[in-house]
Amino acid sequence: MKKEWPLWEVFVRSKNGLEHRHFGSLHAADAEMALENARDVYTRRNEGVSIWVVESKNITASNPEHNAELFEPAQDKVYRHPTFYDLPDEIKHM
Amino acid sequence: MNTNLYNYLLGIADNSLILGQRLGELCGHGPSLETDIALTNISLDLFGQVRSYYQYAAKVVGDNRDEDTIAMMRPEREYVSVLLVEQPNTDFGYVIARQFLFDVYHYMFLTELQSSKDETLAAIAKKSIKEVSYHVRFSSDWIKRLGDGTEESHKRIQNAINDLWTYTDELFHQTEADKEMINEGVGVDTSKLKEQYYKHVSEVLNEATLVVPDLKYFQKGGKQGVHTEHMGYILAELQYMQRAYPNMSW
Repeated sequence: MKKEWPLWEVFVRSKNGLEHRHFGSLHAADAEMALENARDVYTRRNEGVSIWVVESKNITASNPEHNAELFEPAQDKVYRHPTFYDLPDEIKHM
Repeated sequence: MNTNLYNYLLGIADNSLILGQRLGELCGHGPSLETDIALTNISLDLFGQVRSYYQYAAKVVGDNRDEDTIAMMRPEREYVSVLLVEQPNTDFGYVIARQFLFDVYHYMFLTELQSSKDETLAAIAKKSIKEVSYHVRFSSDWIKRLGDGTEESHKRIQNAINDLWTYTDELFHQTEADKEMINEGVGVDTSKLKEQYYKHVSEVLNEATLVVPDLKYFQKGGKQGVHTEHMGYILAELQYMQRAYPNMSW
């Protein structure tokens, strides 16, 4: 293929009530084809109930070079995690 | 044994078996990763469906033949698939044209088969039609993309449609077993589907800016077990394992 189809990111909701999760990416000529391809590539083993596709170029990503200023300041601020409460035993999944 | 029912089942199953085998040849050879997976998915759908038919056929014959023997061990003349499905994967255009011309028929056929008086057949049809609805959507979309795509894709898909058109009429031919089963309310009267088939196919082709071939003479023979030169090669590959290692299992 001389001209590659554009790249698309695929998000699949695996069960009703859960959020869409990034599954991977694929090539397709347009959105409709991207949906069909996503159905074939990512949901053939019954993985999903809903698919979103978005062309990869529409995603703005943070620059890994800026990781230090973006994320490291949060590392020594444990008090931002709500871990200083005593939870009753009855509450599960916290 | 009910010979008519047995032959009728083979008439349905053999089409999907041979088409499934043809699509399987594309595994790892599709034009892109995505279409490769899509086409082999369709192949697996078809194989899943034929298992139900052959299992039922094995029950109908009631001797020591099982689904594998029936699917894999017959000589060429006993396969009654239509000539369309054995046509080679000349290029992606041919793969899509063959798929489209079969899918439209297959979908209409299964729609009717759901109301068969034979409960097993009706149940298989009901289960299969969801898969086949997707097949029609996939192949119709591609017909439009290729037809209304580039100059090259338009030329190739038109070539493929022109070449394969001659095999479409046979889809509606009826064998003795077909007629008997139709009379009993088990089989689908395909003669009633023909007009609607050509109408629908022509609509999609027109939308794809393709020319509907104008043909007076059509090829036939597959339903009588008289196949094109391609069939022997397909069966050689299909039957190799069962013949080299009889009764093998995974």
